[in-house]
Amino acid sequence: MSEVKKIATRESYGNALAECGAEYENLVVLDADLASATKTGIFKKAFPDRHIDCGIAECNMVGIAAGLATTGKIPFVSTFAMFAAGRAFEQIRNSVAYPRLNVKIGATHAGISVGEDGATHQCNEDIALMRAIPGMVVISPADDVEARAAVRAAIEYEGPVYLRFGRLAVPVINDNPDYQFEIGRGITLREGQDITIISTGLCVSESLKAAELLEADGIQAKVINIHTIKPLDEELVVAAAKETGKIVTVEEHSVIGGLGSAVCDALCAKYPAPVLKIGINDVFGESGPAAELIKKYGLDGQSIYEKVRAFVKGK
Amino acid sequence: MNVLELKKTANEIRKGIIEAVHSAKSGHPGGSLSAADIFTYLYFEEMNIDPSKPDDPDRDRFVLSKGHVTPGYYSTLAHRGYFPVEDLKTFRHVGSYLQGHPDRKHIPGVDMSSGSLGQGISAAVGMALSAKMSGRSYRTYTLLGDGEIQEGQVWEASMFAGHRKLDNLVVIVDNNGLQIDGNIAEVCSPYPIDKKFEAFNFHVIHTDAHDFEQIAAAFAEARQTKGMPTAIIAKSVKGKGVSFMENQASWHGSAPNDEQYAIAMEDLRKVGEALCQK
Repeated sequence: MSEVKKIATRESYGNALAECGAEYENLVVLDADLASATKTGIFKKAFPDRHIDCGIAECNMVGIAAGLATTGKIPFVSTFAMFAAGRAFEQIRNSVAYPRLNVKIGATHAGISVGEDGATHQCNEDIALMRAIPGMVVISPADDVEARAAVRAAIEYEGPVYLRFGRLAVPVINDNPDYQFEIGRGITLREGQDITIISTGLCVSESLKAAELLEADGIQAKVINIHTIKPLDEELVVAAAKETGKIVTVEEHSVIGGLGSAVCDALCAKYPAPVLKIGINDVFGESGPAAELIKKYGLDGQSIYEKVRAFVKGK
Repeated sequence: MNVLELKKTANEIRKGIIEAVHSAKSGHPGGSLSAADIFTYLYFEEMNIDPSKPDDPDRDRFVLSKGHVTPGYYSTLAHRGYFPVEDLKTFRHVGSYLQGHPDRKHIPGVDMSSGSLGQGISAAVGMALSAKMSGRSYRTYTLLGDGEIQEGQVWEASMFAGHRKLDNLVVIVDNNGLQIDGNIAEVCSPYPIDKKFEAFNFHVIHTDAHDFEQIAAAFAEARQTKGMPTAIIAKSVKGKGVSFMENQASWHGSAPNDEQYAIAMEDLRKVGEALCQK
């Protein structure tokens, strides 16, 4: 088996900004002393005059972005998910979303795959916080291809967008030459009739691994990549529930308020079906190498496989 | 406008404030009245604006960081011609575009939604920064409450504005000395306000918030100031112009009943009458 290319979506984010910089003259990027970590430093190198370091003051950064947006700029604000969706939540709600300003929030270091920095920096609540805000688009790309496409789509979209990126290098899975990114449109990566696994972010590649293991047991799992958690592709989710009955959701996020909750919200209203939510089970994370944490918290292919198999067998 | 005309206009704006809060049976008259003369000077003298072109990219910008004083803001915008003065009576009513706090999506002339204290100044800084980045000559003004500056974000924004030498930005502090829970010096003192802004690399100017000659001189000095943003600390009287509201923290966020409304309007009618005899 050939070596799978791996790249962190934060890297893709920085690269995409730099790629789009020449094309979109109004694109400006703000950071809060983390340009080397969020990878907006790549944009800064190419367009130093359009990169604004606000210092360690995330709430003010979001407000400045709002002011820039009122004048026609397309600001991307970048910091860790914890300090964007968490610390600056109210600024995002009241200074960006309520006035419906064209601000993009590029939040990196989401989830437990932050690794060694531990619980204070591992945001497992950002999707829940952001999807609760009226009019907010919430995107969680699965790999490099998707992350770069998502940045471009966010620029083209008029209105506030939250983009969730990771620190850990993840396999490139969207290598299909026909790959197309459309906000709000989920992607079926694998067909199956026995169960549907709906996943987002770095859990998508782990869910594909789980599907392979399930196949060896004779269980055919459909795998859906939901890169846009809001607006959710409800049609695809409902169709999958009709086809396979049970649904499993997998995310590097709390089981409260994230992808799993969004899927349940849709199914409750349109086609009630049993759902198993795999995610962070209402606990804080901890320090450690990302790959080990992903295993410990049950988000690796093997763990997903075991939970899905038991769920299919009705245990 | 000469000083007499400015005074007459400010008095009409004050009447609009009382009309709005009385009609809504809620709202914030105290801080609206303390800022009424500043609003008047900004919109009738200082700012380069045209109510028929509220989206002109070269217009001066204003952000009401102390977003609760919409009665003062809306009354000023209405008297300046952005929307009918009559609409002030719909303030805070269900279905009205005149929301309790500024809503840029629906109100002509409102450059930024605000209301959560400490946030408006950051947006104003963004507007001023954008002008510098794009080589535009418009100026940006933002009005803060003296209680509002207890919010940490105000100082994040000030640090940035000073660092970036945003001399196209004017921060006005409506220093009426009162917040909901009482005297600002007793609740959690923000004093010395001037030294704080100086420490953040602002040029600081003191003015009487109800003396148009001083106000004019302050804004002229701000215009002359290069290489740093300006903070104008405007010493004001909360509830200014309405006898029973002056210097009363209780009129921060409550509306007059019918009887109080009649007294307030009579106070302002008399002021108007006296000005007409000058």
